[in-house]
Amino acid sequence: MRLFNFTSALDFMRLKWWAIGFSTFLVVASLVSIFTKGIHLGLDFTGGTVIEVGFEQQADLDKVRDSLAKNGFPDAVVQYFGNTTEVLIRIAPREDLQTAEIGTQILEAIKQVESGEVTNRRVEVVGAAVGDELKEDGFLAVISAFIGIMLYVAARFEWRFSVGAVAALVHDVIVTMGMFSILGLEFDLTVLAALLALIGYSINDTIVVFDRIREMFRKMRDATVEESINEAITSTLSRTTMTSFTTALTLVALFFMGGALIHNFAAALIFGIAIGTYSSIYVASSITVILGASREDLMPTVIEKEGEGTPPV
Amino acid sequence: MLNQNSIWRYLLVSMVLLVSFIYALPNLYPNDPSLQINASRGAEISQDVIPSLQAELTKKNIELKSIAMDKGHILARFNNTEDQLKAREAVEALLGDKFVIALNLAPATPAWLDAIGAAPMKLGLDLRGGVHFMMEVDMKTAMDKNVNDLVQVYRVDLRTAKLRYRSVTADLVGQKVNMSFRTAEDVTAAKALLSKNDPDMEFKETADFGLQAGFSEARLKALREDAVAQNITIIRNRVNAIGVAEPLVQRQGAERIVVQLPGIQDTARAKEILGATATLEFRLVDENADVQSAVAGRVPASSQLFVDRSGRPVVLQKRVMLTGNHIVGANSGFDENGRPQVNIDLDAKGGSTISEVTKNAIGKSMATVFIEYKPTNKKDQNGKTILEKKEEVVSVATIQARLGRSFRITGLDAPGEAQNLAVLLRAGALIAPILIVEERTVGPSLGQENIDQGINAIIWGMLTVVIFMTIYYKWVGVVANLALASNVVVLIGVMSMVPGATLTLPGLAGIVLTIGMAIDANVLINERIREEISLGRSVQQAIHEGYDRAFATIADSNITTFLVALILFGVGTGPVKGFAVILAIGIITSVFTAVTVSRVMVNMIWGNGRKIDKLPI
Repeated sequence: MRLFNFTSALDFMRLKWWAIGFSTFLVVASLVSIFTKGIHLGLDFTGGTVIEVGFEQQADLDKVRDSLAKNGFPDAVVQYFGNTTEVLIRIAPREDLQTAEIGTQILEAIKQVESGEVTNRRVEVVGAAVGDELKEDGFLAVISAFIGIMLYVAARFEWRFSVGAVAALVHDVIVTMGMFSILGLEFDLTVLAALLALIGYSINDTIVVFDRIREMFRKMRDATVEESINEAITSTLSRTTMTSFTTALTLVALFFMGGALIHNFAAALIFGIAIGTYSSIYVASSITVILGASREDLMPTVIEKEGEGTPPV
Repeated sequence: MLNQNSIWRYLLVSMVLLVSFIYALPNLYPNDPSLQINASRGAEISQDVIPSLQAELTKKNIELKSIAMDKGHILARFNNTEDQLKAREAVEALLGDKFVIALNLAPATPAWLDAIGAAPMKLGLDLRGGVHFMMEVDMKTAMDKNVNDLVQVYRVDLRTAKLRYRSVTADLVGQKVNMSFRTAEDVTAAKALLSKNDPDMEFKETADFGLQAGFSEARLKALREDAVAQNITIIRNRVNAIGVAEPLVQRQGAERIVVQLPGIQDTARAKEILGATATLEFRLVDENADVQSAVAGRVPASSQLFVDRSGRPVVLQKRVMLTGNHIVGANSGFDENGRPQVNIDLDAKGGSTISEVTKNAIGKSMATVFIEYKPTNKKDQNGKTILEKKEEVVSVATIQARLGRSFRITGLDAPGEAQNLAVLLRAGALIAPILIVEERTVGPSLGQENIDQGINAIIWGMLTVVIFMTIYYKWVGVVANLALASNVVVLIGVMSMVPGATLTLPGLAGIVLTIGMAIDANVLINERIREEISLGRSVQQAIHEGYDRAFATIADSNITTFLVALILFGVGTGPVKGFAVILAIGIITSVFTAVTVSRVMVNMIWGNGRKIDKLPI
């Protein structure tokens, strides 16, 4: 079975300005949402308390809220988690209470109004200072991942390609975060891990395309830059989409079967891989072309790569 | 001839697969909820307890899976967690305080696998259930005490040297000691004297005949190291008392300590135990008292009966010579004859006190008593846990001379003993208090749910990929599927072999992601083979070229993901680190299985220069 079987190159570059426009729109919309609506940061970054409690029958959220308010937690956010017998309670960090006491107090408050058995499934308490540090570390991790990859791509290709590749990555990360902001999904440490994994993964497709562009530059001596790039993208289209597709398949399984705690991790990766595949095809090479990449730029760097020393057919 | 497997490649692949398979095997045997019963200090545990335990559990209708003596403790296995918890209550009531009863998940690894060191993967707290604490050492309080102590020390030093000062005060904000004098000569003399006594301090002359003493960088660092190291030692001792089978107490960063207690549900009790206070006292041994009659209950009115660490009775005077809060430092070393000793430094007040009380006690024995307040299982009517005072004689030594601000205890039997004593002595001194800054508790039911859902996701992820690959690449796709299955086996095998690698919930998600990424390599290879075939190459050439040329791309793409995994490992904590480990190991194993293992199979089936017109791809 084959899904992609083209006899001639598709004219991807004809749409490059459309792609740039579309991506600019996505990035701007994401940034606007991130800066106005904000990102719903998880406990890891904000500090505070999260408690997951299991009830024997369907929980009455109002009763739980009332009891918590009476016991000094009027700011508690109470919601179902996964199903209606499990309840998630969130509380902002407190100055006046010893971090470790909060969990115990909340459980006691719930037990006051609930006749059946209440099981303490999970308690997480993170001090505000720790949250700030995790935020800082997370930011640092993303930045160092970008720098690491930029250096790697710069060493492998010419600078215009490096800029194109990293721009595509920044695009993927911003748009994925934008989606989290717009949909109000919780952004926690696992999502950050997913974002970093995404950076590592998404660059792959770009490298595959760039490798092929270089190969085409060498082979198609009479073609224009755009024609070579079209040819390269068309011939790699099958593997670019197929690899993303197989990875997305497993992640969809993870999304549906992996449970509530891993939901956002899977969501970030699925969306990120989809947007990353698009950006590898369009954003990276469009920017490279617009920056004025030419055949001569790649000629001096002779690296043993695909297509090198191919025996004649 | 193209596409022929060398004997070395066969050997490599079969060896790696076999070893991984064997070491992955223990994961198939589920862990048993169990109780691990250890004797507490001074007591012994033996086979003899087992029948009475069995009788008690049968009486309470708790089904035992097995019970046996194992590596110095009794291990009782149960069918489920509920039985395990009920059994703990029953056993605690039966055995009392002489034993430490810990909840554990005992691996049910068969003996032959155990013998070659194979063990299941370590599970993180999010999968196993338990408590995670992150504690921070309160350096501010510790430094305040240090500065205040210095003020006392300097006053005494200056007075002894007959140097008249106007004032010696503590600057707690700047963590400095400010002194002022009447003449410039006094300042110079004081500076010379004090820096000779304590070369680690930095002295600075200030206006109006002032002198300021501050801590040097090295000294600050040493103080911080000491405070953290000491807290870790104390926490370790206490964690052992809680009854946790595989506790983890680890330093993190400059001033933090991570404590992980798998299987513990009662966080309140754990917190109380970790926060218990300890003090130290020096007392004279009552040499007139008869130990035998004291044990029998006839203790002189002015004395008290104690036991030492090995349970031997000692009679001490009730009067306390000195309390441990005067100790500013204690470290172990060796005396002139190379025998282990402990050096003790006291603060100024402690120095004069001990000097006074030892004046007439030369030749007598002095005992060091370690006192700890430990929470018990009992609670008072307000629901507060009742603290139990535990006193223990940790050393008895003969006073050789009148003691001063710094003295030493010699004649210890082993360097290890000296180290222990030094730790306990320091524990008696007021150290930096600790605060809990992060707490994560996962109930055992949620842990098991996480495992089940994770495994489900892995199975469904595998299944969808396998179906897709079979449809899209036919028999060559089936080979890729086999390579993928071997990747999961090798990944689990390696994870089980690497000491310290822990499987967490994000780690399970990482396995799913690894499956998705591992198959990518085969997609790249197969796409390249198709391309080569459509260019008109023969099947043998297409396979050869496909693998050869796709390799550069595969290597490329995995290097970047590996780079990111390393960064994640560097900055991540706990569960995220678990994800990074899986990702990093998964990348290495997947390149091996997707490229080498699948190639061996492809060569076996279609290679060896066979004449094949059409590859089923």
